[in-house]
Amino acid sequence: MAGRKVAVVGAGMTKFMHRALETPKELAWLAAKPALDSAEMKLNQIDCVVVGSAPDAFDGLHMKGEYLSDGCGAWKKPYLRCYVGGGTGVYAVAQAWFHVASGLFDTALVICEEKMSSCLPHPQAAFLTIFDHITEQPLKPNLLWIFALEQNRYMQTYGIALKDIAAVSVKNKRNALDHPAAQLGAKLTVEDVLASEIMAWPVHRLMVSPTSDGAVAVVLAEEETARRISDTPVWIQGVGWCLDTTYWTNRDLAYPEYVEKAAWMAYRMAGVREPRKEINIAEPYDPFAYKELHHLEGLQLAPKGQAPKLLADGVFDRDGDLPVTPSGGLLGVGNPIAAAGLMKICELFWQLRGEAGKRQVPGKAERGVAQAWGDLMQVGTVVVMGTREPV
Amino acid sequence: MSDRVAIIGIGFTSLQPSTPHASFKELMFEAAQKAYHDAGVEPSEIDSFVTCAEDLNEGLSIFDEYTPDQLGAVQKPMHTLTQDGLHGIADALMQIRSGIAELVVVEAHSKASNIKTPEWLLDYALDPLYNRPLGFNPHALAGLEMNVFLHETGIRAEQCAQIAVKNRTNALRNPIAAYPLALTPVNVESSPYVSYPLREAEIAERADGCAVVVLANEKRAHRAQSKPAWVCGVGFANDSATLESRDWVRAEYVRIAAERAYRQAAIQNPRAIHLFEVDDTYAYKELQHLIALGLYSDGAEAGRSVEAGETKPDGKMPVNVSGGVLGMGLTLEASGLYRIVEIVLQLRGQAGMRQLANARIGLAQSWRGVPTTSGAVVILGSE
Amino acid sequence: MKSQPEAKFVRGTPLDEKALKHGKTFSVTYVPKLHYAWDTGEAIGRYLAELKEGRLIARACRKCERVMIPPRMFCERCFRPTDEWVYVKDTGKIFTFSLCYVSWDVRRLKQPEIPAVIEIDGASPGMGILHVVKKIRPGKVRIGMAVRAVWKPKSQRIGSVTDIAYWEPIKK
Repeated sequence: MAGRKVAVVGAGMTKFMHRALETPKELAWLAAKPALDSAEMKLNQIDCVVVGSAPDAFDGLHMKGEYLSDGCGAWKKPYLRCYVGGGTGVYAVAQAWFHVASGLFDTALVICEEKMSSCLPHPQAAFLTIFDHITEQPLKPNLLWIFALEQNRYMQTYGIALKDIAAVSVKNKRNALDHPAAQLGAKLTVEDVLASEIMAWPVHRLMVSPTSDGAVAVVLAEEETARRISDTPVWIQGVGWCLDTTYWTNRDLAYPEYVEKAAWMAYRMAGVREPRKEINIAEPYDPFAYKELHHLEGLQLAPKGQAPKLLADGVFDRDGDLPVTPSGGLLGVGNPIAAAGLMKICELFWQLRGEAGKRQVPGKAERGVAQAWGDLMQVGTVVVMGTREPV
Repeated sequence: MSDRVAIIGIGFTSLQPSTPHASFKELMFEAAQKAYHDAGVEPSEIDSFVTCAEDLNEGLSIFDEYTPDQLGAVQKPMHTLTQDGLHGIADALMQIRSGIAELVVVEAHSKASNIKTPEWLLDYALDPLYNRPLGFNPHALAGLEMNVFLHETGIRAEQCAQIAVKNRTNALRNPIAAYPLALTPVNVESSPYVSYPLREAEIAERADGCAVVVLANEKRAHRAQSKPAWVCGVGFANDSATLESRDWVRAEYVRIAAERAYRQAAIQNPRAIHLFEVDDTYAYKELQHLIALGLYSDGAEAGRSVEAGETKPDGKMPVNVSGGVLGMGLTLEASGLYRIVEIVLQLRGQAGMRQLANARIGLAQSWRGVPTTSGAVVILGSE
Repeated sequence: MKSQPEAKFVRGTPLDEKALKHGKTFSVTYVPKLHYAWDTGEAIGRYLAELKEGRLIARACRKCERVMIPPRMFCERCFRPTDEWVYVKDTGKIFTFSLCYVSWDVRRLKQPEIPAVIEIDGASPGMGILHVVKKIRPGKVRIGMAVRAVWKPKSQRIGSVTDIAYWEPIKK
């Protein structure tokens, strides 16, 4: 890695809510301020602002990034908004990483915000517009279709039972009970999940994350600045991202190749050769319960089709061998699209500094991986963070 | 390891008011093929791809879903910036300098002809609580700004009209421009007011097109088959998004961006730059942007410069030799890349009828249009 | 330095749906007027024209020898223009499917829609298109099932993917 070393030195977030009173600008501010405060920094110490926010269609604004900019502290500053659908929350950290690693900026404020509740009659309806305008939209598809089609393929290919998938909801919603920002923490059983209504078979209601409003922010700094700000900076050891073909109906959805490629890009940079051994905590993207398993396999943390077994064996519990989604994830904390991915980065930040309170995984975790997914089953975005400086 | 980054290939379609023969994918494929051929690279060699696009310009949500295939970017690192193409150039430069990529492609296009309600689209960009309920045509924001800009700087409306004349006329020598016209000052001053004091003939019209740029680190640039155009400096910045708290006279976003770019390029006096391609979506903006670039100390000097023809192609400080946005057409987020195309052609000596005798360093500047205060600056040099 | 925020430091004001409905909170409503007329271009233009004629058409790349549907003028693997038009069949196999009880605008449906990815006979393996399946009991749908397109009558076809009304199982 030729560029400078970069660390995360501060983090903050709002509650994740079904509907917030605050405007998108206000939500961004409510995340950015605590992030700066946690690093004991002022806005004039921030060199640039990177924002991540997914479809403009939800907040109800064209060029949403411009509207958000002053709520994000970008007044008279270098500013840009990056975007890869649901992958944005983790990708924004990669984007800010190269802002700083390149030498152009010493510090960066990264903010991800989403206010989905603005969209009436229901934010779900806006997802119609992500499908191909000519070959798909006339069929009136909805987001449930594409996830259900993939889940079916995944289950069929590897012989996975619905109860194995339901176990992800149980774990994540239970973990979320310990998260101060969580919208949907709950004590559930597998039976509860399977008894919930079928949305789009094989997807049940309790396997789906909600639409949410919320914002999250982190502060990045180059090495010297990071050490001045914090005794325990969390280093960005590797970043990776990968976009697959638009033609999702020409692909076998059973395995996310785009997550694997993004993961190896990040692992290579981080010097990780055996992910299952060298990663201590994983925060994969879990918009739907099966996705966590799907992504764990793409992240090389479970062999293909084997993630459900490892989950059933307790490997992925908070006190297991490889804690997965100790935060409670999208299923438990909430899913304000881009903010959700950055929430996972925050979780690693707090876990790796021993500051995750009731969610703290036992032992001395040194390295974690956060991953987000987006688009038409297309994008994998991965960040590896750790307590050891990159070489 | 060297820090230097260069543009080693450009590909672009000619600009037209509409392009019914091709979908956006097909325009992108055309521009990408040309760019990779120009750069002498295969897409498989490219490490990362950047698209500059806004969902609602396309009418598709999560637009990056639709970009990889026609650029050869399948299963590669690719992301979208909801920014102008010059922000994309800055992004590519940062990727290369960070060491994560050696070759990066930046793409942007416009299918503005497919947007049937363009003013409503801009209305949708206004603050929904404080501004939109007033129900005014978004061009009024430019009218308001032009009015106070003229008032504070002493620049006269006729001088702004001359910008429109210059740029539409310049476009006559640009084979890819969409709106070449031998415009006269009388034509401009008799065109109707859209939003006083802004006249219809001073507002750029939309055009369709696609541009693709290939950037490389120094090692790869030295192997390039065309003369590399070195990126000497980049800068980008925002002023306030909120109408009520922004600077209405000065283009602060350009001043801040330019300061960063000049510092990187070690340019003390911007008059050392040989050509400028700046945003002129509204004719007065060219002058506002030139002032923010530090080329004039005040409005009086800017006005005198226009009257003396200094910014014409044969003048001391050629501005928008390509025809600018007024002459070439407004290409949404691709506007900045078409500014880059002109500068690269000039640096290479490939600008045909428009070729300037002395073109070794050029500056491109973009603005994202109303209601934004977002802009970027890129300085390119032949050494 | 600072530890992670406790609950009281995590800000945000959850809004009750009732408060919004009963006007206890000010809000501004806006219906966007965003109209687009997308140029279909060469590939999809032809695809739609053929659908109107009751046919499915694909594009072939001679280099990688794939027959691709939906058609495109460029091969995304070889990065070169595709070479020729190839008619494919209007039969195929279900690659994956779902039974969806919620419409796109979030209404509950009594009878599920059956979206599916259908691998088209005559195109390369794995080349599927999105469409809907009907005329089968939801519990009977299987991955791998053979299906055929049911076309709208010619007079009702307009050059759209909905010129195929739905796909139904091929009875042996």
